[in-house]
Amino acid sequence: MGKNLKLVTDPLNLNNPITVQVLGICSALAVTVKLMPAIVMAISVTVVLAFANVIISLLRNTIPSRIRIIVQLVVIAALVIIVDQILKAYVYDISKQLSVFVGLIITNCILMGRLEAFALGNKPFPAFLDGIGNGAGYAIILIIVSAIREFFGSGSLAGFKIIPQSFYDFGYSDNGLIILPPMALIIVGVIIWVQRYKTRELIED
Amino acid sequence: MKLDTNSNLYTFIYASVMVIVVAAALAFTAVKLKPMQDKNIRVEKMQNILQSIGIKASFEDAEQLYQTHIKNAFAVNSKGEKLKDVKAFDINLKIQAKASADKRVLPVYEAETDDGAKKIIIPLRGKGLWGPIWGYFALNDDYNTIYGAVFDHKGETPGLGAEIATSWFQKQFVGKTLFDGEKFVSITVYKGGKGSALKAGNTQHGVDAISGGTITSKGLEKMVKDGWLFAYKNFLEKNKK
Repeated sequence: MGKNLKLVTDPLNLNNPITVQVLGICSALAVTVKLMPAIVMAISVTVVLAFANVIISLLRNTIPSRIRIIVQLVVIAALVIIVDQILKAYVYDISKQLSVFVGLIITNCILMGRLEAFALGNKPFPAFLDGIGNGAGYAIILIIVSAIREFFGSGSLAGFKIIPQSFYDFGYSDNGLIILPPMALIIVGVIIWVQRYKTRELIED
Repeated sequence: MKLDTNSNLYTFIYASVMVIVVAAALAFTAVKLKPMQDKNIRVEKMQNILQSIGIKASFEDAEQLYQTHIKNAFAVNSKGEKLKDVKAFDINLKIQAKASADKRVLPVYEAETDDGAKKIIIPLRGKGLWGPIWGYFALNDDYNTIYGAVFDHKGETPGLGAEIATSWFQKQFVGKTLFDGEKFVSITVYKGGKGSALKAGNTQHGVDAISGGTITSKGLEKMVKDGWLFAYKNFLEKNKK
């Protein structure tokens, strides 16, 4: 039980896919301009990762080794397309904001990375937990980065205006720089810095 | 019997079965969800049309507001003659844009704002830098003065070409006229930053382009001139006051 719990909690900090495994950086920059799209993206990645992990784990003894990567790719692609169709049907305006980035989940290294590193060699239930854990670790970073970027870049959070008009009248203006991708990279860098300060064992010597 | 998972035959059959299963699953999902997706697209179109006359419709009340404000929807040809038996709302502008101007079937919407004023809404379709751009002009009853403009795009660059979808860009069009006397001049988009239209001495038929979004801006200009809107010229001239 403890081992299974670790599968979910490790990727939150010690083995975080973005800040420690350094996977999935691209979408962490692209969809974190506002909070809501980032949350929808994080949920989509978690769902795809968990189900892909389970499917590959169930099939792990049947996959011919020569087409192993292709099978992983087909499973990921099929799940992503299904998620994309569901988003277009149920949350249309958010899917428009995410536009091509949902399709690009297929290229998100976290998925291939976890399928290769874990799902191929473990049973379905631990694989499912690993998927949830890594998805949650990805979600935490996405939420932190997008909250910062939306707050300073648009004065709002989840679409709700937080900074009152009086501040703008006084001379405050939204930070345009933070909406551009490079700032997201710098914010992730700062998060890695803080994380290594608080969790010393992550520092490589 | 132990399956040799590395044999050619097994690999081949495995791949084939996988492809069939995945294809079936995706086709099923697509068919099941299509009605909802189509409805989303239709509601969004209604929201855009209402936006051009300044009405902000939510997803829930869009259809009802559309029924209230859009009094009539019909299609015209490039000669300005009304066409029968055409559902204007369902006309696929992408297909119309590909056809030559004299063969196009052009939608026109007659709307009424809250104060009872009659507006004419004309859809627009053009090419940006990365993909299609589109929008709506809402004209006053004189078929000449722009009451409101709405633009949207598929994938223009955020912060640059994508700015055509912002209110600051769209507000510029309010009050401009399409005709200079009897001549159809439409709107010219001037490069050079804020105030370029003023500098060029064309405030009545000119707007500022987007800095850094030149190709999108020029694509938009073509859309409101000889790329698309000119096909409505005869229709507008016939009804112009």
